[in-house]
Formats: sequence, C-alpha cells, structure tokens
Amino acid sequence: MDKFLQLKNVSKTFGEVSALHDVNFEVGTNEIVGLLGDNGAGKSTLVKIITGYHQPDRGGEFYIKGNRVEHLTVPKARELGIEIVYQERALADKQTLWRNIFLGRETHNKWGFLDVKGMRDETLKLMQSSMGFTSSAITPESIIKTFSGGERQGVAITRALYFEADLIILDEPTMGLSLSETQKCLDFVNQIKREGKSCIFIDHNIFHVYPVCDRIVVIDRGTVAGQYMKNELTLQQLIDKLQQVAQTGSLASEAVLDGQQTEVRHE
Amino acid sequence: MNEIPPSGARPLSQAAHTGAVRKALRKYSLQIGIVFVAIFIWLLFLMGSPRTFLARDIYISFMSTTPFFAIMALPLTFIIIIGEIDISFPSTMAFGMMAFDIVFVGTGSVYLGFFACLLAGALVGYLNGIIVVKIGIPSLVATIGTQFLWRGVVMVVTNGSGLGMTKVQDSFVYPLLVGRIGGIVPAQFVWTIGIGIVLWIVLNRTKFGAHVYLTGDNIESARLMGVNVHRTKILSFTIVGIAAALAGFVVSEEVLFFWPTLGDGYMLNTLASVFLGGTSAYGGTGTIFGTFVACFIIGAINAGIVAAGMTGFWTSVIYGLIIVLSVSLQAMLNRRIK
Repeated sequence: MDKFLQLKNVSKTFGEVSALHDVNFEVGTNEIVGLLGDNGAGKSTLVKIITGYHQPDRGGEFYIKGNRVEHLTVPKARELGIEIVYQERALADKQTLWRNIFLGRETHNKWGFLDVKGMRDETLKLMQSSMGFTSSAITPESIIKTFSGGERQGVAITRALYFEADLIILDEPTMGLSLSETQKCLDFVNQIKREGKSCIFIDHNIFHVYPVCDRIVVIDRGTVAGQYMKNELTLQQLIDKLQQVAQTGSLASEAVLDGQQTEVRHE
Repeated sequence: MNEIPPSGARPLSQAAHTGAVRKALRKYSLQIGIVFVAIFIWLLFLMGSPRTFLARDIYISFMSTTPFFAIMALPLTFIIIIGEIDISFPSTMAFGMMAFDIVFVGTGSVYLGFFACLLAGALVGYLNGIIVVKIGIPSLVATIGTQFLWRGVVMVVTNGSGLGMTKVQDSFVYPLLVGRIGGIVPAQFVWTIGIGIVLWIVLNRTKFGAHVYLTGDNIESARLMGVNVHRTKILSFTIVGIAAALAGFVVSEEVLFFWPTLGDGYMLNTLASVFLGGTSAYGGTGTIFGTFVACFIIGAINAGIVAAGMTGFWTSVIYGLIIVLSVSLQAMLNRRIK
C-alpha cells in the first residue's frame, strides 16, 4: 500500500513539556487510521503538526506522497491535500455561514476583491448537497452562533470535503453530537473510504472508531504505544489493550514493542 | 360558514418575501437603528434650538469639524472589530505633525513634509502592532505606553513650541485637504466620505477585511484555518497610525497652526463614535457605516450642547455616557442572542 503520509522520529516540545517523543506515524493511501489515546496523550499535537499549525522539533522527518516536506504551514498543507475538522470546529461564531465555509481561503476575482456572490452561491449549493440543511431558516447569510452542534459539525465537515482533500483528519468529530448526528458522521468516514481518500479519525469512543477504521494507532504520553490492523484483533481484545495502556503506560508485554512501531503489516 | 384555511396555506412566495424582508431587517438592524438615533437626536436639537439647527451654518460647521475625528474613527473600527484597542492615536496626530515640522522647516517643501507626516504615522501604528502582536502586550496597556511616549517625544523635540502653518496655504495641499468646494462644502468632508467608502470596500470586499472580522471573532479558529492573524493586526494598527497623522495634518491646516498638544480632546469623541456606531467591544462585529453615522451624531451633540446654552463641560459627561450606554446595550443584546 502506498503511503500518503509518513512521519519519522517526530518530536514536539512546548517549553519544557515534551508533548510528542520520537513518533513514527503513517497513513496509507485510501486508509482509515483510528487514532486513540487518553486526554493529553498527544493526539491533537500530532495532527496539528500534520496540518502545519505546529512546527515539529528539529530532527524528525516528514513525508507527503514520498516527498520530504520542511516548514509546513497551514496553507501549504492544504495545497498538499490535507484537510482537518478540528475538535473545536474552528468556526467563527458571529460570522455568516459562507464566511465560515471559506474561512482562510476566501476566493477573489481578478481585481483582488472578494467574490462574495460566488462564495454565497457555492455555499447554497453545498448546503443542499452535503450539509443536509433543508430548513428554509438557514441561508448562506445565517450566523453560525444560531446553529446546533450537529449543524456546526456539518459545516466543519463540508468545509473539509469541499476543497478536494486527499487526507481528511477528524479530531473528535462525534463530541457533543446526538446519536443520529454521530451516525451521519460515521457514514461520512465510510464515504471517505469509498471515494479512495485517506482519513485520520480521532475519537475517545472506541465503539465509534473500531467499525470504520482499517488500522488503529494507540498514543500514550507522547509516544506510539501500539498499532494494530483491525482484522488482527477483536473489539474486546482492543479494549483490553487500551485498559492495559491506561494502567501501565505501555504494551511492553505484548507482541508489538516500541521499536517495531514502524513495521506495520499491510496486506 | 367560512372555512378556516389550514396553517401554512399562505402562498409560498409571499412567505418567502416577508421572510427575506425580516432577515434583511435583522441583518441591518444596527445600521437602521443608528440612523433612527441620528434622526431622533437631530429632531431633539431642532426643537431645542430651532434657530441654530434651521440655519445652514451649523451644517457647514459639522462638515468642517467632524472629519477631524471621523478620519480616525473609521479605521479605528477595524481595531475594535479585531478585538484590540488603540488609545495612542491623539499622540500620533502630534507625532505626525512633528515630522512635518522637521521636514518642512528643513526642506521648505510642503509635499515632503506631508509625506513625512503620513510616514511617521505609519511607523507609530506599525510599532503599536509589533508591540501588541510580537511582544504580546495587551493593546490597552501597550497604547497607554506609546501614547505617553510619543507625546513626550513631540514635547522634547519641539521644546513645547508650535509652528505657524500660514505658509502652507500657498501649496496645493491646502485647498485639496481643507479648501471649500464651491466656497461652501469643506474638502475634508468629501475626503471623509471617500475614506469611508474605501474602508468599507477594504473591510467587506477584501481578504484582509474578511480576516479582520475572523480574527476578532475567534482568533484561534482563524489561526487554525491558516489566517495570518499577526499580519492582519499589525496592518490594522498601521492604518490607524496613518489616519491619525492625516487627521493631525487636516486639523493643523484648518486652524493654520500646529500645537504640540495637538490631539488632546480627540480621544473621547473618536472612541464614542466607534462604539455608538454598533461596533462590538467583544470584537467580531461592526460596520463602517455605523461609525460614519455615529461620528456625525457625536459631532452634532457637541454643537447641540453649546447651542442649547449648556457649558462645554457637559460634552465630556455625555460622550462618556454614550460609550457606557452603547457598550452596555451591545452586551445585553449579545446575551439575548445567546
């Protein structure tokens, strides 16, 4: 399987706090990777490095589609086809829907002025096609503050999907969602798989991650504690392993040792 | 017997139509509100002192003096929307004119002096931005500091003495900025409208303007989505610096004298205009139109107080009250929407 993304020995320290330590991580083309780990394990730091928001410490290596990348920035990561739906949604509450859809990459006409009409029309199209907003109460001019949790998630996901990403990162997308909204979100992950794209799916809830992903990576205290192909273990085995990580901080007694993290068997 | 129509039987087009009107009303409610406030205050003054407010002179006076602070209040709207504040602009007015003073006395060129004035303003604004963004000082504290700093520099350099500007009258810059169009309309009024239009376009139709709103609304979201929030803030502070220097120049030309204390007394009315215009003290929302109308309300209040026979001391009371009331009103509206 091709590797869309590969991180080798990537570390990140904030002042004296080591958030990530020598992490090796990869995402294959058209692979759904479930990223699991406790609060503060380093999941969000890892994805923020992948999206160019954080710069990793010196020494690590970062490859996208086999090409080495240095000094990744948010716009550059996007150009390379990486999109993210952040845990905190990254929406601007007091602004209109269309401004949020095009947040950070507003389109403009040849004179450099914002193409307001184009962005509004595009938003209207997306509302009907991908967001599932059928209520006439919501228009491209609606203010985000008035939206429900599921609607906000719809906006964030649509935004990631609209811009033709190759890798979509979902950072705790089911947080605060109702049951049916959660199901919609999981359907979305399956849709990513069907469209041949890759995905990193971060969630606390193992029951959400397990059914939709191909491979599971467990992060604990800034390192990769273990990773498994889904067909190697049952949900119950995975839960047992996670409990072991939570209690002991490692999976040392298991077959997967720290040094072998990179050797993931793909079939 | 009349049949009761089932609910929702109203023709769809009509429903959509009233819905659209209601939506537009809600969207522009603050702008519509401020226009009504302006009309209300105008009627109040008209009844209070009809002789003054029915004559032409008072309106020409508005057009002449309101631009002095409107030129600054319009770009200051950007700073408030972005969630920061700048209170150093009165000193920037004097600092710009100090630069003019030095260059004009040195070279004898009004044009070079004018250019130096705007450049000095840009520099001061840029430095404010750098201090706030790169060093990370809250803008309120940072600009209290720079306010005293630049005023002090002006006093030291000019040794406290002013500069007569009568010679500037010979230059084309004079009629261009503060002349009377057709012998009646003050040129600075036309410039203020022009600046208002340009800033409206910048705020509503450029990426920079979009980023001003987004940064002020949720700086973390903006940053996560790749908005260069630092550059956006620094540029906003720089624009205010340039505008303050321009305002200082216009004031000095109008009165044909540069006082080193130039700018004193502009703090309150400028800030009051921005907040009265509906720009949120929490950042994220605000309009150039609102600030523009509010500037003339503030200008009218000043004249109205004097015309009503009250002492000028009242203006400070009323401006202060306007700031507190408009900010409180926004806070209450904000809570209701949530």
